[in-house]
This record gives sequence, C-alpha cells and structure tokens, in this order.
Amino acid sequence: MQAAQEQGLATLSLVQIGKLLQNRETTSSEIAEILLDRIGASGNNAYVLTNEQALKAAAISDNRRIAGSPLSGIDGVPAALMDNICVEGMRTTCASRMLEGFVPPYSAAVAESLEQAGVILLGKLNMEEFAVGPTLGERAENTLFATTKNPVDAAYTPGSSSAGPAAAVAEDTAYFALGSDVGGSARQSAAFCGVVGLRPGFGRVSRYGLVQCASSLDQISITGKDAADCALVLSLIAGYDARDPAACKDRTPDYLRNLMGAVRLKELRIGVPKEYMGQEVGEEIRQSVKSLSAAMQEAGAVVEECSLPHTDYAVSAYQVIAAAEFSSNMNRYDGVKFGYRTASYENYDDMLRKTRTEAFGEDVKRKMLFGAYILSQEGFNAWFKPAQRVRTLVRDDFQRVFGKYDILLAPTSPVTAWPVSKQFSDPAEACAMDLCTVSASLAGLPAISIPCGNDSAGLPIGLQLIGPALSEDLLLQVARGAEELCGLV
Amino acid sequence: MSTYQPVIGLEVHAELAAESKIYCGCSTAFGGEENTHICPGCLGMPGTLPLLNRKVVELCVKAGLALNCKINPYSRQDRKHYFYPDLPKGFQISQLELPVCYDGYLDIELAGQRKRIRINRIHIEEDAGKLIHGAGETRVDLNRGAAGLIEIVSEPDLSGPDEVYAYMETLRQVLLYTGVSNCKMEEGALRCDINISLHHEGEPFGVRTEMKNLNSLSAARAAAAYEIKRQTRILEEGGELFQATLRWDDDKGENYVMRVKEHAEEYYYFPEPDVMPIVISQEEVETIRASLPEMPEARRRRYREQYNLSDYDAGILTVSKALSDLFDRAAETGAPPKICANFIMGDIIRLLNEKGLEAEQLPFGGADLAELATLVSTGAISSSAGSKVTELLFQPVNAGKSPGEIVKEQNLEQVSDDTAIRDMCRDVIEQNPKIAADYRGGKKQAISALVGQVMKASQGKANPGMVNQILQELLEV
Repeated sequence: MQAAQEQGLATLSLVQIGKLLQNRETTSSEIAEILLDRIGASGNNAYVLTNEQALKAAAISDNRRIAGSPLSGIDGVPAALMDNICVEGMRTTCASRMLEGFVPPYSAAVAESLEQAGVILLGKLNMEEFAVGPTLGERAENTLFATTKNPVDAAYTPGSSSAGPAAAVAEDTAYFALGSDVGGSARQSAAFCGVVGLRPGFGRVSRYGLVQCASSLDQISITGKDAADCALVLSLIAGYDARDPAACKDRTPDYLRNLMGAVRLKELRIGVPKEYMGQEVGEEIRQSVKSLSAAMQEAGAVVEECSLPHTDYAVSAYQVIAAAEFSSNMNRYDGVKFGYRTASYENYDDMLRKTRTEAFGEDVKRKMLFGAYILSQEGFNAWFKPAQRVRTLVRDDFQRVFGKYDILLAPTSPVTAWPVSKQFSDPAEACAMDLCTVSASLAGLPAISIPCGNDSAGLPIGLQLIGPALSEDLLLQVARGAEELCGLV
Repeated sequence: MSTYQPVIGLEVHAELAAESKIYCGCSTAFGGEENTHICPGCLGMPGTLPLLNRKVVELCVKAGLALNCKINPYSRQDRKHYFYPDLPKGFQISQLELPVCYDGYLDIELAGQRKRIRINRIHIEEDAGKLIHGAGETRVDLNRGAAGLIEIVSEPDLSGPDEVYAYMETLRQVLLYTGVSNCKMEEGALRCDINISLHHEGEPFGVRTEMKNLNSLSAARAAAAYEIKRQTRILEEGGELFQATLRWDDDKGENYVMRVKEHAEEYYYFPEPDVMPIVISQEEVETIRASLPEMPEARRRRYREQYNLSDYDAGILTVSKALSDLFDRAAETGAPPKICANFIMGDIIRLLNEKGLEAEQLPFGGADLAELATLVSTGAISSSAGSKVTELLFQPVNAGKSPGEIVKEQNLEQVSDDTAIRDMCRDVIEQNPKIAADYRGGKKQAISALVGQVMKASQGKANPGMVNQILQELLEV
C-alpha cells in the first residue's frame, strides 16, 4: 500500500505535485526521499551524480512552507539537470573524461533560477559526450558513464545526446529536467521516451553556464511530463540575462496561466510541412500526424499541407555549422587551465596532443576533425559559406509559412526509438534521424515534442509543434490542446 | 643596377584605455599579483559567454576618426584559432572581414617633408595573457588576457627605418591625444609587427618577412634597419629569401628566424557566433567625432601661423597633449606666446623630468603660465627669476598660489631703479679692477662677467638690460 502511494507521488506531474506541496499534503523531504530511492533502484543510468545536499535542501524547503514563505509555487519540487549545465561546486562533466574532475566556480543562469524558486536539485543527468550524438556503433571506451536505457523498453535507445533528461522524467525520478537541444536531441529523446520536450526560441532562455557544443544552435531545453509542466518551468527560467549576449529583452508571459484557459483551436491555422511527411518518415508516424490533424480540424482548426522547400539542405547545413562551431568550442580544452591533463609530457605541444588524444572520445574527435576541415580556408568557402546561405533560406522558408499559419505540425523524428543494437552504416544515416528537428534549430524557433500514442511495437510516437520566433506562449497552448486530442490529459 | 627599395608595412597593436576587459568586467589595470584580474569568462571556462564592452568599440571608432578612416556601420567579430598556453579559449576573438574602421591615412613628417601613409584597417581584438618562464616550469598570468586591443594595419607605404620611427611616433601622439591608449611602451601598451620586403622600383615586391612584437620606437627603427641590410646582403650575394617570421633581439641588435612560413597560415577563421554584430550609427560616429581633440599636426600648423612659432618649437610643444593644452590655455589669454613656449620647452619639461612626473600631473595650469610669462615680458621679473618661480610652482607648499603671489612672497620683483642698479654696478667695478681694465683695454666681452656679478649681487632681481647699459656707461667714462 505504502509502495503504491509512493509510486503515485512519483508519477504526478509538476503542477500536481506543486499543488500537493502547497496544500501541505506532502513534503519536499518525503518526495525527495522517494525519488532518491527510485534513482538508487533504477537501472536506467539516467543519473550520473546525485546531489548529497538534496535532502538537506528539501528539509529547508519544508521549513519555508511551514513558515508560510515558500520561494515559489513549486518550492521543494525535486528536479535534475543534464551534466552540461554548470552548478557551482558540483562536478560538471559533459560525460567526458576531459571534464571528469571539473567543478565550476559558477552556476548556470537556469540553475540559479531554479534555486531561487526553491527547486531541489536531485542530481546531474547523463548525456552523450559533449552532446555529440548519435554515437556510431559501439560507445567509445573513453566515455565516462554507462549508456542510459530507455525506461519504456531497455532494448531501445532513449534517444541520442539528451537521453538523461528524457529517461529521468519517463522513469519518474525527476518532475522535470533541464538539458540542451542543439539539433533536436531534447525533442527526439522526449519522443522516444514518451515525455514532453520543449526547445524555447533563440534568446528566450539564458545559456550562461551551459557548456558550449555548437554556439549558434545551443539552447536550454525543458523535459517534462506535459505541456503545462513545461510552461511552468519556462516561466521560471525565461527572461533577460545580461550574461548571455543573445538574451532577448521581451517580457516573459505567465505561460502556465495562459495555457490553463481554453485553447482556441477554432481560430487556429495549422500547417503540415510536406517535407516532413515523405517516405523516409515511418508510416505509423505519418498516420499519427494525420490523426491529430483530423482531430484538430474537427475541433475547428484549419489544417493544411504547406512546404518548407529547403528542408533537404537543412540537414547538411546543420551538420556543417554544428561541426564547425563544435570544433572551435573544443579548442579551450588544452590541459592548461581546467579539465584533464595527461600524466607525463615533454613540452606544451606534447601535453596538448596527449591530453586531447586521451580525454576525448571517438565521436567527439570525428566531429572536431570534420569541423576543423569545414573551417579551413578550403572548407570555409566550399562548405561553411553555402551552409550559412542555406540557413538563411531555411529561415526564409519559415517566415513565408508563418505568414499563413500560426503553428506547424510535424513528426518529431522520422522513426521511433531504434534498437540499442543498431549500427548506423555511416554518419549520414545517423544524421538523417535529425530531419524533422534541425530546421527549427537553425532558424532559432521554439518547438515542442509531445507524445501521441505508440507504434505497433509499443514504442512512443512523438509529434512536434513549431512556432514562429518567441511564440512559446501560443506554442504551449496548442501543445496543451493537442495533448487533449491525443487523449493524454 | 639600382639599389634595392625597402617596402614596409606596420601592424600596430595598442592596448585600449578602457577600464575593463573586452568581454568581461575584469580590470585592465597594469601589474597586480598574477591571475588576480580574472574571472571564469576571461579564463574561457565552459559555459561562459563574451559580452562586448562597448567602450572598446567607441575607442576604436575614435582612433579611426583621428586616422581619417571610414567607419563600418555594421561590423563583425571572428574567431582566430591557434593553441598557445596564454590563449585560454584556444581562439582569439578578432575581426577578419568587416573591421570597425577601414581606409584611412596618417601624415608623417620627415626632414620637413610630408608623406601620407595609408591605413588599411583598424580592428578590435582581445589580448593574450603572459607566460612567465621559470626554472623547469612555465606559468601563465592572465591578468592582461582578454584586455581590449586595436590593431592598426598600414599599407606598405613606408620606405625606410626613419619613416618607421616617424610613423610610430606620430601614431603614438594621435592615440595619446585622443585618449585611445596610454601608449606606455614599457608596459607593452603599444607594440608593432614590421613587414619588410625589397624590390627594384617598378618591379613586383620581393619576398616578405615579418618581425614580431617590437615594443619601442627605437627598437622598431633598429630592427627595420637591420632587416633591410640582411635582406639586401642575401640578395646581393645571390641568395634566396624565405617568407619567415622573425624575432628581434634588442640587446644583441640582431634578429633570428622564429619560423619559416611554407604555407599561408591556417587560423580556421569564422564569424564569432556568440557575439552579436557591431552596429554603429551615424549619430554615434558624429558624437565621437565631436569629442575628438585638435590633432598634433593641426596644432603645429596653428602654432606657426597664429603664434609665429618655429617648426622646432611647434614640434616640441605638441609632443604631449597636456603640454600643448597648457600652452593653448596660456596663449589664448593673450600672454606672449614665445615666452610661454620657452617656459614649457625649458624649465617645465626639465622639472617634469627631474621630478619623474607626467605632463598630466603638472601642479599648475595655463592661467599661471600666462601670468608668469606676462610678469617676464613686462619686466616685472627677470627671466631668471621666472625660472625660480617655475621651480617654486612645482613645490607642494605653493599649491594654489599664483606666480604673482610667489614673486611677492619671495621678493623677486625685478629692480629697474636706475640709482640702485648704478650703485651695484659701481661696487662691482671697484671690486673687479682687472676685468674692468680688460674691458677698457678692448676686450669688450669681459663685460658679461661683470653683468653676472651684478646679477648675483642683486639675487637675480636686477633688470639685466639696464645692468648692461649702466656698466657700459660707467666703464667708458
């Protein structure tokens, strides 16, 4: 009986557990303990570090509740951060040997925001090394931690680089998690694990303290149990931050309150880009998009096919730009100031070579080499410049369709989770998995993946909604409406 | 066969007079304990982002306007990659394709000849840190790391070591006048790379070498002269020159090859994705233009035309903006300009040097200099008393006192009373019969010794003109 009750608490959504805390029907200490026990018992490897201070922080939160001065509506709710988000005094590794012992003396802006809201940090979550994914074949030996398993079915991948947040939310060991979304990993992992993954638009959330992967594409992501939870978290972490030069100064709406009102699907114009509905997208996934389209139409929305003609080029352009920026960002790891340094060396060049050879995994090295070629004088003109032009064309595509439609509906991934035993024949095949997500990343648009049923193998299907720049408010409202239609809420 | 013609271009790096670094709030103060002016940002720690200090852009625009450049309304920053222990991020944020300033020029003067040196571009970038080599170890000090720099790139319009010197000197003045850099070369705040090749007139340029990091005007001149000789010798002996990077050893007075460049260097440049493009409005440019002081060259012209000063005087007065300003403040009151100039070029510069003070630290102003010059020109005090007053003006106890007050306090008014001077002259002639006899015997220059004695007896207060005249009268009776 007690176990069932504990299980019940763990499976509640963030909004629900927040209410219980507000009504004093549970305590932060109680739920933190339940979740920590679940982490200990889980074999999914979602966590790479648990916070030793979590229970202490939970007790302090409970005292705030008793004193009638909680820091926010979700003061005391346990959550977790992917291991590329810095927390002062807490090891931050990016799942790389290079940062095995790295303890940042500063916290990411989002980590501060959560702390100020009284959120209890349960620990750090697993990821692919430096958010490079998907891995090709066998995981490199250098990778620090065991692979994360998909809580839905351990025989299938939980998604590529942002596996930890999706797995933690899916296995009910965190009410929500923050990670990062570069080319779509947070959305893809959410889709594969049957949870919700939100990539806010460019500038909406400060990236200060998020370890760089590809600077112009990096974005803090929110993984949650439903759209309302994501809305609540976004309200906490969005807003101007002088430490991120890209942070926008727009006012932050109260996303949760706006979402709780009736969603006016009736007045909504929804476009379904045909480029995301081609043969490379699984039949059952396309069917799922069509079912939701029909349901939305029934609810009064106008749903039409539209076109993003440069989608084909977007995947290549994304690879080129992401690798170039990645390779550049990795230059700071030289063994001089922080991170790993090889044990013995002759001189600086020797130290540099050995340090980087020993501490980076194969996938990271492959991406760095590719990126370095892209940035060479030859590669820059042949690849980087055309990729930047494609990026502009991709933005223009969106601008055009958003002249006609409020929101776009698409699959999140062309496939559901693939078996962990799958070997990609080459990097290009692996990259094709990003077909539906990279364009929004390139254009800096907000996008969200929501679960919408399962395929015949019982694996979750994720559907994606993409909105124009800084339209998170509407995007979340429509996501909420879509959840209802998918029978989730 | 005609002689080889040197073709020289300079890249000058100037540390900007901004109080904080280019992408974070850390201090740019010189010195300080190692690694105390640092933060996660200027250490390039993961997750930190560069926040452009707008003051750096402003100072670059200022330099550009003072050097007759065009200002890009939209410029961009780029990453330049290389590994070095003093470069924390493994790349330097610089500017490649779209610098803040482009297409300018600087006029230099050499032996009375004016020459226009074209400036290709001025861009902003971040400085690297410093390596400290010790026994068996090398440490890195990042106090200066990520301080804002401008790089001023000339066209290859210079044709000899003296022009290199004149260009650097003139450029230094411009940067000092505009307050863009303090140009303290001993602190590395102004340094240059020299590119040199040789050719025969009308023929293509020869193989070019680059000498790095010359940090004094005289080192730049000596290094250029040495490299021209070295290249000439190799070519005349029928040898082959290689494109190379050289280091100048100022103590030994010779250079050596750091590395031979076989290929164009690969820096993997690409547009910096973390900082937004730099947008500079015409309005902002005009505001900065309006804040520019009159440049040294214009001042020299004005000194010649308005105050009738010589080229030499105008040159010395404008070496320092503070002294030139001092002169202007004094001369604009109507005080005699030549006397004002003489005080600056003589006593004031000498006393500044003796006391180890910068011109900016001068303890009195233009009004005081004007008063002093007027006291001398009206004969109220002698010029030697003027020197004394200047010296007293430097003393802290006299802070706030005017020259007139000091003259009174010290009783330095010139004695122009005929009777008093005549008495002193008689005494001196009496006491120095031999000198008087010499004069009378035809050695007219002997009189100066007697004038000196009278001045001494009067403690410098006697009017020297009158002394001379009265002595002549008395001796020739």
